[in-house]
Amino acid sequence: MAIWFARSRNLVSSLRQNLGWSAILIKRDNSPRPVVFTTSTAFFGPVGSHRHESTAVEKQPDFVQQRDEEDALELDFPGGKVGYTSEMKFIPESPSRRIPCYRVLDENGRIIPDSDFIPVSEKVAVKMYEQMATLQVMDHIFYEAQRQGRISFYLTSVGEEAINIASAAALSPDDVVLPQYREPGVLLWRGFTLEEFANQCFGNKADYGKGRQMPIHYGSNRHNYFTVSSPIATQLPQAAGVGYSLKMEKKNACAVTFMGDGGTSEGDFHAGLNFAAVMEAPVVFICRNNGWAISTHISEQFRSDGIVVKGQAYGIRSIRVDGNDALAVYSAVRSAREMAVKEQRPVLIEAMTYRVGHHSTSDDSTKYRAADEIQYWKMSRNPVNRFRKWVEDNGWWSEEDESKLRSNTRKQLLQAIQAAEKWDKQPLTELFNDVYDVKPKNLEDQEVGLKALIEKQPQDYPPGFHV
Amino acid sequence: MLGILRQKAVDGALSASTFRRTRSALVSARSYAAGSKEMTVRDALNSAIDEEMSADPKVFVMGEEVGQYQGAYKITKGLLEKYGPERVYDTPITEAGFTGIGVGAAYAGLKPVVEFMTFNFSMQAIDHIINSAAKSNYMSAGQINVPIVFRGPNGAAAGVGAQHSQCYAAWYASVPGLKVLTPYSAEDARGLLKAAIRDPDPVVFLENELLYGESFPISEEALDSSFCLPIGKAKIEREGKDVTITTFSKMVGFALKAAEKLAEEGISAEVINLRSIRPLDRATINASVRKTSRLVTVEEGFPQHGVCAEICASVVEESFSYLDAPVERIAGADVPMPYAANLERLALPQVEDIVRAAKRACYRSK
Repeated sequence: MAIWFARSRNLVSSLRQNLGWSAILIKRDNSPRPVVFTTSTAFFGPVGSHRHESTAVEKQPDFVQQRDEEDALELDFPGGKVGYTSEMKFIPESPSRRIPCYRVLDENGRIIPDSDFIPVSEKVAVKMYEQMATLQVMDHIFYEAQRQGRISFYLTSVGEEAINIASAAALSPDDVVLPQYREPGVLLWRGFTLEEFANQCFGNKADYGKGRQMPIHYGSNRHNYFTVSSPIATQLPQAAGVGYSLKMEKKNACAVTFMGDGGTSEGDFHAGLNFAAVMEAPVVFICRNNGWAISTHISEQFRSDGIVVKGQAYGIRSIRVDGNDALAVYSAVRSAREMAVKEQRPVLIEAMTYRVGHHSTSDDSTKYRAADEIQYWKMSRNPVNRFRKWVEDNGWWSEEDESKLRSNTRKQLLQAIQAAEKWDKQPLTELFNDVYDVKPKNLEDQEVGLKALIEKQPQDYPPGFHV
Repeated sequence: MLGILRQKAVDGALSASTFRRTRSALVSARSYAAGSKEMTVRDALNSAIDEEMSADPKVFVMGEEVGQYQGAYKITKGLLEKYGPERVYDTPITEAGFTGIGVGAAYAGLKPVVEFMTFNFSMQAIDHIINSAAKSNYMSAGQINVPIVFRGPNGAAAGVGAQHSQCYAAWYASVPGLKVLTPYSAEDARGLLKAAIRDPDPVVFLENELLYGESFPISEEALDSSFCLPIGKAKIEREGKDVTITTFSKMVGFALKAAEKLAEEGISAEVINLRSIRPLDRATINASVRKTSRLVTVEEGFPQHGVCAEICASVVEESFSYLDAPVERIAGADVPMPYAANLERLALPQVEDIVRAAKRACYRSK
């Protein structure tokens, strides 16, 4: 065996001199892997050939020296210098250990000793809790309203209240938010009222969206929250564009965009992240990994270790955070935001969580997942309860505050719904407005024609039809 | 001298544009101060973008190869040196990506001019163009407007095959919320592109690769940096009284040649350069048909649901009683564009097809 190695090394070195590059397959003993041998690299086999090292060194000193020199060299390729290795090693498909999740509060709402986190004042903490609870009540009541047939559609954020509110609390009001659709809490934090939410869901005259969109497609320029757009992940490259625009105008603000685990499969995810990195745009990408994309579980969505590992693939700094830990989300988003703005770079946050509710009112998730799985997350891993424990432990919240908040919010919502239902719908002219900046002649003519038709044939239109 | 030239024009030996060119050549030979200049469509587009970027710092250009390569078709030549890499942005290869980014930038208040190397590639980004750019103003009730321009070559070139030859005028023009423009001459290119960049709505600007190198006379007025053509107005390139020929982009040149040939046979054709597919200038088209009573509508794209179909419908709806003959529609063949030169020629409308259609409309042939 040893002789064979020595002979083969000589063979190889003579081949190297004569032929330059060539590939010879030599099996290393003790190694299950085949070795692709190129003559420009030296062959120092495993244990068996160490006996020959001294021989090799003496016999071919130049050879050995060359290898050291070659080791010190790097290869020049487009994209920069890269070191090389003679060991053929494939990067494994997943890291040996999953990227850990950053959390600050344990399940009992106690701060884990020695946690890094950005402290939150009593005022902010109480507001955060109140808004998380408000979001819960809002989701519950609007969901019921849909079930009663009062609105056509609704989509809850149950289980993701911490992501919604804590991320919003960590941003500045100048940061431009491009949501997917499960982030109404961000708008709630920024000051959108329950009445305004109700008006959009009812598509009435007071709706800022002028009755043009389905429920939950909120949007408000005033609050720097872009109108929800249904196609998945289109907001990601758009966020890179917004970030680029903020960069060009040198604003102290960043773009913040949300997506679900499913959205990361879209081509736009690749384009958005890649571009933001290349353009060095100040964008914070927040992925709500809630385990489900309608009925598609994450095991069928991707095979990577979640989304956080994808950040490095684009040259983007990333972090995995416990999405049900309001303090951790707050700290992570706040830090990411600072990095994005100060260093003019994109940052990726993967917030781990669970979608407790159905995908929407058009879905019944008990058809594809176990009811006790849902119960477990709803009761034992509830982000609102967890944060409540922390706030209460600090003496900033009480049972009395809780019942007052819940009953007041519920009352306010029921009133908002009743009022929203009673509001008139949009007048007919809004059918034809905003297609373009200035209404074109053909639409003006159609509007006049339609009004005349309604007047002429009122029996064909619902009574009290609003012209 | 002018009298002699006019005589020649009546004899049909000269087309209107040749007449102008010859006249200008004669005039400019005498003095450079007087007479019109000539400009290629490429230079016209380049100067339009340059002037609009100079006038408004929010305007920026984005696309593949637009910067260092000076543009795949050299339309953006010199802009990188002048305005820097932040305003002339070379993108990675992702139409979906850079279109989405352009739309996002427009949402945030910039004015992107997004170049597609060809509109055939815009299909990879069409969701952003239609579901985001076109519909946002409406869906957001006026809160999000999208002052973006999507431009690039459209339609057939020469020997580029099925995936590089489709005309997208009909597809984009069917979407409310978009404006769709199709320049022909250098003046069209300048005026319409400047109007598109200034427009607060999303505009799809369909150029033609084979027209880039063509030279057209251009007036002093058109060379002024404030020059702008109205969107939604067609141009009557050649007046006539026997038959109306409507078309756009490269086919305008073919229609003008056809008109010359028809003039030799005593048929006076009115050639309308549509310039704007959405909004379509139905008023001009119908007024012309009411004058001539006959319509031949020409386009390069696929026949079913094409621009011609819309024009025929409009004329039949609004000017039916003025028609003296059935409407004639000339479009590209109903096949993906073949590559072989002889087959390609057969798949596209030629001057002879337009002449034959006009004669049919005039009952002068079968």
